[in-house]
Amino acid sequence: MIAAVFPEGWSEDLADGLALAGVTATPLTELTAEDPSLHEADVLIVELGPQPMRRLREVSRISEVVGLPTLLLAAPEQMALFESAVGITDFAVTPIEPVEFRLRLHRLHRSESSDEVLRFKDLVLNPLNYQAALADEPMDLTFMEYELLRFLVGNQVRVWSRAQILSKVWGYDYYGGARTVDVHVRRLRAKLGEERASWITTVRSVGYRFG
Amino acid sequence: MSKQAEYVLRTVEERGIRFVRLWFTDVQGFLKSVSISPTELEVAFEEGMTFDGSSIDGYARIQEADMLAQPDPSTFAVLPWRSEQQVARMFCDIYTPDGEPFSGDPRIVLKRNLERASEMGYTFYTAPELEFFYFEDDGPNPQVLDRGGYFDLTPLDVAQEYRRKTINALEQLGIPIEHSHHEVAPSQHEIIARYTDALTMADNIMTSRLTVKEVALQSGIYATFMPKPLEDFDGSGMHLHVSLFEGDVNAFHEPGTQGALSKVGQAFIAGLLRHAAELTAVTNQWVNSYKRLVAGFDAPIYISWARNNQSSLVRVPSVKKGKPSSVRVEYRAADAACNPYLALSVILAAGLAGIREGYELPPEVAADVKRLTAAERAAAGAKRLPETLSEALDLLEQSDLVAEALGEHVFDWFLRNKRAEWDRYQHHVSGFELDTYLPIL
Repeated sequence: MIAAVFPEGWSEDLADGLALAGVTATPLTELTAEDPSLHEADVLIVELGPQPMRRLREVSRISEVVGLPTLLLAAPEQMALFESAVGITDFAVTPIEPVEFRLRLHRLHRSESSDEVLRFKDLVLNPLNYQAALADEPMDLTFMEYELLRFLVGNQVRVWSRAQILSKVWGYDYYGGARTVDVHVRRLRAKLGEERASWITTVRSVGYRFG
Repeated sequence: MSKQAEYVLRTVEERGIRFVRLWFTDVQGFLKSVSISPTELEVAFEEGMTFDGSSIDGYARIQEADMLAQPDPSTFAVLPWRSEQQVARMFCDIYTPDGEPFSGDPRIVLKRNLERASEMGYTFYTAPELEFFYFEDDGPNPQVLDRGGYFDLTPLDVAQEYRRKTINALEQLGIPIEHSHHEVAPSQHEIIARYTDALTMADNIMTSRLTVKEVALQSGIYATFMPKPLEDFDGSGMHLHVSLFEGDVNAFHEPGTQGALSKVGQAFIAGLLRHAAELTAVTNQWVNSYKRLVAGFDAPIYISWARNNQSSLVRVPSVKKGKPSSVRVEYRAADAACNPYLALSVILAAGLAGIREGYELPPEVAADVKRLTAAERAAAGAKRLPETLSEALDLLEQSDLVAEALGEHVFDWFLRNKRAEWDRYQHHVSGFELDTYLPIL
């Protein structure tokens, strides 16, 4: 697991927690969506710090673009501040308790990349052998089609922007641009067939939704 | 090994695939295939698959025969027309034994041109309109299956069943089809694929041509992409719709307008027009291609552009309201028997030259160019496209732009090979000559 951590220069507790969790931690000098290490990370860890409102705005902005599971570290007296904050998946109270921290981090990561078999109506996706089946017939998918379908099925109902899908499924540096997402959605719809093509709905000027 | 390659290995195992075909394309655009067994696949991913390149048209000379085919795992697909034995395919890039990309491989030629576009900040998107004929067989006297015309439906369009099967197969291969219909000539059909990036599209065109032929074969008929098989009817073209994107923004669309063409789009067209004559040998590479580019059959003859005029070489199709991403340019000369990798390479290079050098777009010719008098055409600056393969090759030989786009290896081989084709043709005494001259001379 790779964790992007902001700000850099973390406390001894956090360093212990990261070591215990066995994650590779990349320090972020700035909290911006353009930072390439953000796109390689599996989770984002942000310390709320002395300017909490500003930090929360930054986190919410990033979550719109990158959509990483985000763990917020906050002092007990700051907890009321992020009650309605956007883009935070879980939080831990500072000073952190390394074992609790490790647990939370792993739960966060697992919820994103689970090995569980995914189902939607007569579609079955098995992450263990990368196979997809439709009405018990195996589907012929390319790797990226498979990954896109897995992402959409695993993250139903919510609307995902093209940029979010691109960074989640392809990784940020894919040069084809967000049109790639449109092209692959069409290919998936073609392979799902006429009756099931509408499982993936286009949400005008936003992106796509599954289910 | 990449995740993509691992995925392919796993799928081959899970699905019990017996053979994997490694596909690549020779310089004239013929699909080549090497079958390997699944056990060899891992080695093929890691080291490439060695083959003798000297027997492939336009590849190596004898002394440098060994070539490596490196499968591209992102192109993995199970072929839908082999049900009894599972067979899959992947497109390959060709490398020399030292591991250098091989400059004679059309797919690598296109990749190089796409890199040039990418250096300028552009991604190249295309959508082709693929026209073809169904005949009873591949004999010298083509027999049409119907007497249908444009958009005709049953009972005239007996071939719609073949078209439906073809589209199902293409969609299973991950090639979304926008629509298909009966074309103008008897037994002529058209399939329009949805746009995608140019490399995928060139692969898709290769796959589509094979799929159309394969489905026809299984139905006991013959499908052909020959540009002009019937003297009295329209030939088969491949209109190419092209656009450039800068990130997610269509660079051909002028922001704030309802589908107007941007400066970039205008310069791209100017580039196409200026270089059209010299690149025609690539987009229309056969002696027969020039039998399509004649008056009276809906094919472009003169070099001009218009917003909505079916007689011009370059057209800017009208766009539905609120769809800036579909602003595009349609290049109408190419035929379906071209090498799509090379044709897209030279079209892109011409358009990019227009942008880079800031070519001025000449005024639109809204009238039917073929109906103008010679003087009116000259005033409008609408020169004729080359009339024969020979003339096209003369223009190609002088072209720095095409030489750079194709690279020296392909450029030289193409010229030599096509000159030889023209020479063979010149030796032929045609039916026209015997019918016309023998009785009177």
